[in-house]
Amino acid sequence: MNSHRSTQGRIDIERLHIHLGHGAKKFEALQDVSISAAPGEFLCLLGPSGCGKSTLLGALAGHLQPSGGSIRVDGQPVDGPHPERGLVFQQHTLFPWKKVLDNVAFGLKMKGIAREERRLQARELLKLVGLEDFSDVYPSQLSGGMQQRVEIARVLINHPRVMLMDEPFSALDAQTRLKMQELLLDVWMRVRTSIVFITHDIDEALFLADRILVMSPRPGRIIEELKLDFARPRHAELVTSKEFIRLKRHCLALLHPDRQTHPLARLNPLGTVAAGELQFAI
Amino acid sequence: MPGALTLSGQIRQLKPTRWLLRALSIGACVAAWQWASSAHLNFGIVSFQNVPSPQEVLRAAGALIDSPKLIPHLKASVWRVFAGFVAATVAGIGLGLVIGRSRRLEDILLPPLEVLRPIPAVAWIPLAILMFPSSELSMIFITFIGALFPILLNTIHGVEGVDRRLIASARSLGSGPRAMFAEVIFPAAAPSIVTGLSIGMGTAWFCLVTAEMIAGQYGVGYYTWESYTVQNYPDIIVGMLFIGVLGMGSSALVKQVGNALMPWYLPGRKSA
Repeated sequence: MNSHRSTQGRIDIERLHIHLGHGAKKFEALQDVSISAAPGEFLCLLGPSGCGKSTLLGALAGHLQPSGGSIRVDGQPVDGPHPERGLVFQQHTLFPWKKVLDNVAFGLKMKGIAREERRLQARELLKLVGLEDFSDVYPSQLSGGMQQRVEIARVLINHPRVMLMDEPFSALDAQTRLKMQELLLDVWMRVRTSIVFITHDIDEALFLADRILVMSPRPGRIIEELKLDFARPRHAELVTSKEFIRLKRHCLALLHPDRQTHPLARLNPLGTVAAGELQFAI
Repeated sequence: MPGALTLSGQIRQLKPTRWLLRALSIGACVAAWQWASSAHLNFGIVSFQNVPSPQEVLRAAGALIDSPKLIPHLKASVWRVFAGFVAATVAGIGLGLVIGRSRRLEDILLPPLEVLRPIPAVAWIPLAILMFPSSELSMIFITFIGALFPILLNTIHGVEGVDRRLIASARSLGSGPRAMFAEVIFPAAAPSIVTGLSIGMGTAWFCLVTAEMIAGQYGVGYYTWESYTVQNYPDIIVGMLFIGVLGMGSSALVKQVGNALMPWYLPGRKSA
């Protein structure tokens, strides 16, 4: 799309601490995390379940309040959700009562753009994710992979500086997941927004990212940084290359230093899983 | 449960043999009624001596349908239900949306409503007659009270059940507080609201009929009670049947309109 876009989307996270829960249940989800990402970079956060990587994403999106440190995107402090920081959840959050086209056009509607214009743009984005023939159906009529593609289109219509993705393909079957990874790379090559992508799947992180940050179990800290120089565009065969497998071994060793202790409760970008712990002021 | 006509007014597909069985069951009941009333059965604790037979009821119904009295009675009842129901819809949905959304407003608005809720609408009748200048208004008020709580509670329930992730997504996509209500909260709560409206319509009729028996002039409830006082016994049952048909019909209508307005909603199958 626009080549100037890669001048936007710089992320600076400094000494971020986040606590979740209340009272006796309060715990430190993130401890002293500092990250910076270049404009247009594809960054993967890799870590075990419950390590706080989704918490970090929620803070970047503006849904969670840090207890210390700062988050800036292009120099602007993050102080709440904003269309410039689009969020894609693990399971789609399309509005079931809106047809696909109107779901994609939602962000433009919020900006007060006229119906014809926003539908025109929404069609463009549906084309980008290969769903131009599905504009007139309800989300529930789509497969899981298609729903996530619509979700991506809906975020991209706002021309976000960064796209934040919380294990967006983990609920999909292996075949679909691979296709979605290729599609995401293809879309990203054209749109060139920065992406912060959360996953616990080592293959996925290695396949997608420019750079991987490996996180430790709770409290989440960055324990390793891996730069990936695999040529782009990348294709599925990459996962069988020697270098890929070497890095995969390395990641496995990082994620499973010895036998895994009992798994931690899953966190999400809105805080803990238990409902009612967080309130949104609308 | 394989009900043919569910409370929600949806007709399910059944095999013809099952329809036949159901029709026979109703036929048998009517036949038993015919026999009990023509034989003037008396069991001591319940007597059929003054119960009109189906034949007489049918004749009375025919006479009522032909007479000019019917339209004013129906008009009066339908108008009262409509007025009370619309007022309850506006109040119930409006209050439900804000109570479900804001803890502060819940604390301010809900306690008095919770105190009033256990009082049956019928128990309001004497006070309503004292409070309102016309019996017409007091009857509409009773209908309003009857319909209000099912609508209110279902709206609150619907709003509180809205997926937090949908709200978070809408905020990330740039939606402000007002758009949040119009674009997310209200449509997400709509299925629950429609259920509340449908139940509220049923209770509205229930309350109206009682109110009409006590305070009415015209109306199907009034007609039923008047038939008793002037000893037109077949007309009592005609009145009862009209009440049943109108109540069920309007509840089903609400559900149908609701479903037509929510083509995306497939009951029983939550969208993933």
